[in-house]
Amino acid sequence: MLGRLVEWFTDPAQWSGSAGIPARVLEHLGYTLLAVAIAAVIALPVGAVIGHTRRGGLAVVGVANGLRALPELGVLVLFVLLLGLGLLPPTLALVLLAIPPLLAGAYAGVAGADPGAVDAARGIGMREHQILLQVEVPSAVPLMLGGLRFATLQVIATATIAAYVGLGGLGRYIIDGFSVRDFPQMLGGALIVAVLSIVVELVLQVLGRLVTPGPDRLRLGRRPDGTPTPNPAADALTSASAPSHPERVDR
Amino acid sequence: MRAFGYDIDQLVIAHVLLAIIPVILGMIIALPLGWWAHRSRGARRVLVPLSGALYTIPSLALIVFIPVVLGTPILSPVNVGLTLTIYTVALLVRSVAEALDAVPASVSLAALAVGYRPAGLLLGVQLPLAVPVLTAGLRVASVSSFSLVTVGALVGIESLGTLMTDGFQQDYTAMVVTGIVGSIALAFIFDALWLGLGRALTPWSRARAGV
Repeated sequence: MLGRLVEWFTDPAQWSGSAGIPARVLEHLGYTLLAVAIAAVIALPVGAVIGHTRRGGLAVVGVANGLRALPELGVLVLFVLLLGLGLLPPTLALVLLAIPPLLAGAYAGVAGADPGAVDAARGIGMREHQILLQVEVPSAVPLMLGGLRFATLQVIATATIAAYVGLGGLGRYIIDGFSVRDFPQMLGGALIVAVLSIVVELVLQVLGRLVTPGPDRLRLGRRPDGTPTPNPAADALTSASAPSHPERVDR
Repeated sequence: MRAFGYDIDQLVIAHVLLAIIPVILGMIIALPLGWWAHRSRGARRVLVPLSGALYTIPSLALIVFIPVVLGTPILSPVNVGLTLTIYTVALLVRSVAEALDAVPASVSLAALAVGYRPAGLLLGVQLPLAVPVLTAGLRVASVSSFSLVTVGALVGIESLGTLMTDGFQQDYTAMVVTGIVGSIALAFIFDALWLGLGRALTPWSRARAGV
């Protein structure tokens, strides 16, 4: 099997043309970028505004959790059956699946901004939209990025499944390979999409560290037991990151 | 019950078993691993990034890897079961470690002072206090397991996902919707079950909420 896999990878035909590996990787990244971008444009502002006004917060959390139970395959198939083949129906399904983590991240980030900092901003005369954009959103960046990472990985995985309803991308190798029982092709496609996911995750992680504002960027020191070094100022400014620290959720 | 020419009961049973056994198995594996990551910095350095990487791999890819690595038949439900077990472990190792980290040191020290031994401390004090965080992790793992089980239908593994793939082939929307609604309903039923179990295991949290 390993020999046949190597054969599959080293076949020159695999590396050119519209069904070649580079073309499929680009297609896959293209679908992912398109769906995540559309979802972010919808979900981030809505999540941030709800986080600021605190109105409808419970609904956001409920909807986000409820949508997690949606079977990706079923949603894809349903959208294609109702709207027809082509790029749009599967993309809409991917957008729908990317919205909950983005919405939850933006909401939790903004709602979790330090109330002291928000009060202080209000006290020095900042208007509501300034408070949202200059105080709450910056402190929400880590959680927003967490949502973005989760949404992106979810979309990469679901775009693979979308090959079943006619989308291109790396899932083609798995779906087409299965239909003719070409196992090296299936395995090759699975390997590429796994590596792609891990690379994208690493890139987003590094990106996240680079753009995280304020003290979180400095808080790289770790105590021997693996917990972050205490930094009250950072804790106060980034209490938005509470969900990753269960001890604070508990209280 | 039969519908669309399928034995729905059989699909539901396959769906539930294939979703729930990996979640329970994953929890059992994640508990000692998470405890290890909680105790040892070196173990955490390996286990947490490794779980992160495993969780990153798309389900369809993992389902394809397993037969190659283990030599199971490509059409075996074991491939889907193991994939979901890996996801559950990957998700819960960190949950368990963080849940144990979150037990206040003063509580652990007090338990030691009144004579708890290390095993008793873990089982009698630290784990019970970690139950709310563990339940939260378990619920996430369970809900996504019930939805991911359907992906197996793409490689011929029966579940309610079969109604989605076959419904697609037959251009039969009602069949697909039945699969979706059934899958969501099962996910919610088990979610409620875990929630209830978590509450039953932590009577003190109810007492506090009642005040």
